[in-house]
Amino acid sequence: MASDPRRKAPRPGFVLDVDRSTPPILFHHGDNFRLEKLPPGRSRVIYPAEPLPGLPDPEESIRQALLNPIDDDPLPTLMTPGMKLTIAFDDLSLPLPQMRKPDIRQRVIEQVLDMAAAAGVDDVHLIAALALHRRMTEAELRHALGDRVYDAFAPQGALYNHDAEDPDGMVELGQTRHDEIVTMNKRAAESDLLVYVNLNIVSMDGGWKSTATGLSGYSGIRQHHNVDTMQKSRSFMDRHNSELHKSNWRQGEVIKNHGPRVFQIETTINNNTFGYDGPLSVLQKREWEWTARDRATFLGMKTGLNAMPASSRRKIFQSWKAPYELTSVQAGEVEAVHEVTLENCFKQHIVPVEGQTDILTLGLPYICPYNVNSVMNPILVMCLGLGYFFNMYRGQPLVREGGVLIMSHPTPWEFHPVHHPSYIDFFEQVLSDTTDPAEIEKKYEKQFAEDEWYRHLYRTSYAYHGVHPFYMWYWGAHALQWLGRVIIVGGDPRSVRRLGFQPASTLQDALEMASDVVGPHATITHMHNPPILMADVS
Amino acid sequence: MKLRRQLDLPSLPRALSPIRRFRSLEFPLRAPSTPRGIAPPVRERTTGAHYDTSWSRRKPARLARAAIVDGPMRLAMSALAAPDRRGSDRLLALDGPAIFAANHHSHLDTPLMLTSIPEPWRHKIVVGAAADYFFGTRVTSAVSALTIGAIPIERTKVGRRSADIAAELIEDGWSLILFPEGGRSPDGWGQPFRGGAAYLAQRCGVPVVPVHIEGTGRILGKGRSKPRPSTTSVTIGAPLTARDDENAVRFAGRIEAEIAALADEASSDWYRARIRAHASESPSLSGPSVGAWRRSWALGDRSRGAKKRARSWPEL
Repeated sequence: MASDPRRKAPRPGFVLDVDRSTPPILFHHGDNFRLEKLPPGRSRVIYPAEPLPGLPDPEESIRQALLNPIDDDPLPTLMTPGMKLTIAFDDLSLPLPQMRKPDIRQRVIEQVLDMAAAAGVDDVHLIAALALHRRMTEAELRHALGDRVYDAFAPQGALYNHDAEDPDGMVELGQTRHDEIVTMNKRAAESDLLVYVNLNIVSMDGGWKSTATGLSGYSGIRQHHNVDTMQKSRSFMDRHNSELHKSNWRQGEVIKNHGPRVFQIETTINNNTFGYDGPLSVLQKREWEWTARDRATFLGMKTGLNAMPASSRRKIFQSWKAPYELTSVQAGEVEAVHEVTLENCFKQHIVPVEGQTDILTLGLPYICPYNVNSVMNPILVMCLGLGYFFNMYRGQPLVREGGVLIMSHPTPWEFHPVHHPSYIDFFEQVLSDTTDPAEIEKKYEKQFAEDEWYRHLYRTSYAYHGVHPFYMWYWGAHALQWLGRVIIVGGDPRSVRRLGFQPASTLQDALEMASDVVGPHATITHMHNPPILMADVS
Repeated sequence: MKLRRQLDLPSLPRALSPIRRFRSLEFPLRAPSTPRGIAPPVRERTTGAHYDTSWSRRKPARLARAAIVDGPMRLAMSALAAPDRRGSDRLLALDGPAIFAANHHSHLDTPLMLTSIPEPWRHKIVVGAAADYFFGTRVTSAVSALTIGAIPIERTKVGRRSADIAAELIEDGWSLILFPEGGRSPDGWGQPFRGGAAYLAQRCGVPVVPVHIEGTGRILGKGRSKPRPSTTSVTIGAPLTARDDENAVRFAGRIEAEIAALADEASSDWYRARIRAHASESPSLSGPSVGAWRRSWALGDRSRGAKKRARSWPEL
């Protein structure tokens, strides 16, 4: 494995111009795949960079980051015996898919705790900073933090999920200069030191967004999770051009002045989503480099998946743990740390692309941040395509204004009743009325956000907050405003129409339907994602 | 019968007895006797510390041992000891051979270690076993060498041979399981650690992996012949490397302290154990220096009974 040339000299991402000799291109299609022939002469495919090499000694790199932080004092010097220490960490939505044990959070938190133990700190709490996401189960917490940490803190009630709706557990820290309210988990806010452990899979993660959103409540989050902010974020993956981040940074100023001292730890991982070998490694290779073995594996896998019921396919994919490797770790002052993180993130993800396209095609995989161990419902399909993938750009969107987005996903009319109860009502009640984000926000958001039943399920069950499906819809608001048409290939026509999009049986049908909007000789760009890539569009 | 007596002939069965026939053979068909006044030649011993175990590291024996360890031995451990194995993730950064040093309560410790140490070390490992106990006869020597990959370690007298064999094996890429206490615990508490593991680690430049085993004494403690099934835990610690300014004695002390911290972790929780370890307050493995009954009484405090895993939330 170590002698694998791909590991020693990973190739950067690149743009392939499709010609007649180009083989069919792999499209993710939920928990299945499609091989699609793109029209030669006017199509191109953007491939992600190969995985960067992981740090040779992650434990030592973490230790050095904690002992030599950026613009801050070494972590051990910030710890004293009688202090109140809170360690917050990213929740289940990161990384995607879940990574193989030991999770980076476990590695970092164990070292932070060992330093706290050396200082004799008794009052330590660990909080899953999940904002309005669903609570993590015991198994999920054990996976993220390891048994040692879980067994040391959970039985004493010192390891728990953030509860944004706990009236006694939240405090308001103040307002920004733009009158944005800043709320925070009370325990975190009253701590002498708040250590935040990030796992930055994309450039959107981290910075002040970790504390200002992750440990906040509805009244704080709604300041930036709204249609106006999302439409002005060009894009929310580009921190310096993102209104979402600007608002979070303003809230960060308030935290800096009125909240706890924050010691930020950020980590980046490589693109090794499917491994260098094993059954899924073929998904990480460029099609013309598939060996006979890869082709046989792919055909076998596809035949098997076709024969399986959807629930079995989901189970198989959700059980996949990615062999991600740590590529960087930096700690210290929030903003300084985040700038270094962004550089490291972009090193792995950025692919330079010249010019926009008329039609952008996407193969949507089985997972997004909000359906780990769960069902990818139609609202999450919209969010993954129009929210996340569409926004994976720097400069300008990959597709021109008024262009067409074609996504491939089965889009089943299916919801997880425990995880996504408010999504069901949003889909039935709200989207059947309107798909306009601004109207939805105005007419329905408050009602769902303050619904007592959803609040109860969020706090005591494993449900996303009542307002969460709205945020999913807002996540795609910029794309909805920008695009001329959205077509979903191979999706359940009823769900696709409910989303306000057009269903197509094949990619050829979809391209023909797109020609109504962008003409018959439109240019096509396919984003070969995942593994993750971010287009730097000039 | 009368005639035979009269002719002084031996009885038929006695005459045909193979032992008698063998004894009746004479030199050179028999070994020569030593003349009186001459010291007999010293024969080299082939048991104890002198037993040659190299055959047990050849491929056929290794395959057989792998089958034994991963098959019946693992099954037996599951049935008898229901081990709760923890900490193997601490070996992720470990590359190459290591010395696995554990506390010692029972004969079950070795099979438990062999089935708990993860790959790639599990199947390229030898076990330091007491030469005077496991290598007493050729049969016990062969069985020990084949089933657990034992190599003889002299514990009753000072000698270089055991250390030289172990060092050669480590240099050849073999890992080693050692029990630095030198023998099973007589009363459930630990005994002082000897410096062998630390010395070997320094000599060969390999790390020592501290391992704490709990519960095997209840199943098959010293003096017991019939096992009584119970639960056990195996906690693997992070590899330790000797510091530049550390001699074998100090390094052995650090290994003992680390195993004591692992014992504390197994009986309380990881964070409390780390706090006590940093403050050099981990409970001693050798127990309190009080009368026998009070030592026995105090053993109860270390059981895992108090550490039943509490489920805060239901599984979905």
